[in-house]
Amino acid sequence: MLAKRIIPCLDVKDGRVVKGVRFVELKDAGDPVEIARAYEDQGADELVFLDITASHEERKIILDVVERTASQISMPLTVGGGIRTIEDIRDLLRAGADKVSINTAAVENPDFVKEAAETFGSQCIVVAIDAKRRETTWDLHTEVYGEGFKFYAPVNPAALAPSWDVYTRGGRENSGRDALEWAEEVEKLGAGEILLTSIDKDGTKEGYDVDLIYRVSRAVGIPVIASGGAGNLEHLYEAFLAGASAVLAASIFHFGEYTIPQAKAYLKEMGINVRLEQEDVGQKGEEGSES
Amino acid sequence: MRIAILDYGMGNVRSVETGFRRVGFDALLTRDPEEIRKATHIVLPGVGAFRDCMENLKTYGLIEPLKEALQSGRPFLGICLGLQILFEGSEEFGESKGLAIMRGKVVRFRGDMSEEIENRKTGVKRRYPLKIPHMGWNAVRILKDHPILEGIEDGSYFYFVHSYYVVPEDDVAVTTTSYGIDFVSAIARDNIFACQFHPEKSQKVGLRLLKNFARWRP
Repeated sequence: MLAKRIIPCLDVKDGRVVKGVRFVELKDAGDPVEIARAYEDQGADELVFLDITASHEERKIILDVVERTASQISMPLTVGGGIRTIEDIRDLLRAGADKVSINTAAVENPDFVKEAAETFGSQCIVVAIDAKRRETTWDLHTEVYGEGFKFYAPVNPAALAPSWDVYTRGGRENSGRDALEWAEEVEKLGAGEILLTSIDKDGTKEGYDVDLIYRVSRAVGIPVIASGGAGNLEHLYEAFLAGASAVLAASIFHFGEYTIPQAKAYLKEMGINVRLEQEDVGQKGEEGSES
Repeated sequence: MRIAILDYGMGNVRSVETGFRRVGFDALLTRDPEEIRKATHIVLPGVGAFRDCMENLKTYGLIEPLKEALQSGRPFLGICLGLQILFEGSEEFGESKGLAIMRGKVVRFRGDMSEEIENRKTGVKRRYPLKIPHMGWNAVRILKDHPILEGIEDGSYFYFVHSYYVVPEDDVAVTTTSYGIDFVSAIARDNIFACQFHPEKSQKVGLRLLKNFARWRP
């Protein structure tokens, strides 16, 4: 069966990996190319670069990073951040990216997703959804349970089902769209995958928003990548139980808390199908090289 | 030797070139019919839509050189769409015609497949729909030994990204993969080897496959 994927995400600014990576002896802990190679050696299933370079004029830098990285690795590479035009996508794919991740531009102009999918194929268009849980209105006067355990029912019974707003511009702006509806819409527009980030959980290390993952995974027929909140291996497990096809994680791998093989060994033990590395494949039947 | 990779506007073909370079072989990205005639090894990659793939091949005048190459006995490697278009046709967009080098057709995964995931801690089982496209790493079961699969263990994981799969009429399947159903994930006949998965994206096992291909003398 198809393996659940583990995808390290690198934040790249002005061609450098922000905060660096410390899980292995690197000559340069901020060099995206060297880090990408190290992750390939660990058996990461894919890699995501998130370009957080401030200005649009500096896009050439990420193209150079993608080009140098793609020429050194043999696994899928997704690039996101600041993609606004078909030309942006074409440049990144030409530089060697396999997929691009679109966020703000998709929300502001949904037809952009459609055009991108029609031009380049759904398989390379990932729509990133940054979701923030909506506050529920509680009626503090309705006690559902009696003595010892108080549970307050919401005013509107429909509000029992949690809902999320879609944010854009790096989580700064509420688009007013409902995350579940938006997920269904981007699937119809031709997105091949959804990168689903919980703004509430991002950076907290207290676990993914499993309600969000569960509801979006059930609502769409395309793969969902869970993102935001991973702090330990159990969190990865919870995301897969909630229906994620893949998990995105940054700090738990970057700073050596866990290695990818450790994460996979744990997940395998828990009954999740993951890809383990075949060790000596390069050596078997070796006869020296020719050209 | 000369490895020619057909570059006809269907996806990230440079990664195939990168793959060959990483195992010590130079390959040429080309859409020049003359280069294809001169090549000793031909690779037809491609991701995207079946119909666009055939149209692009036509536009660049590559159909004839490709058919010549397939019949010439020179090693041929088809990847993803490069496997699918060897067949007679695809059900994508109604019906699209392929090269018909192999007998059989290309069909879409059914949308009603599902998988069950059990929580080992609580025993609670949940059923989820299988996602389409079939995207990610999946195990490849080897049915028949083939020089291209030398050194690659049965059950190795390769990277896939596709919504359609081939249903050959003849006995050409060399590997199968399971995704709701068992489908043919690689075929071989004479000088032709073609796979649904992407060796150029499959790290060590994939690079091994590319190396085997470069050394293949059918």
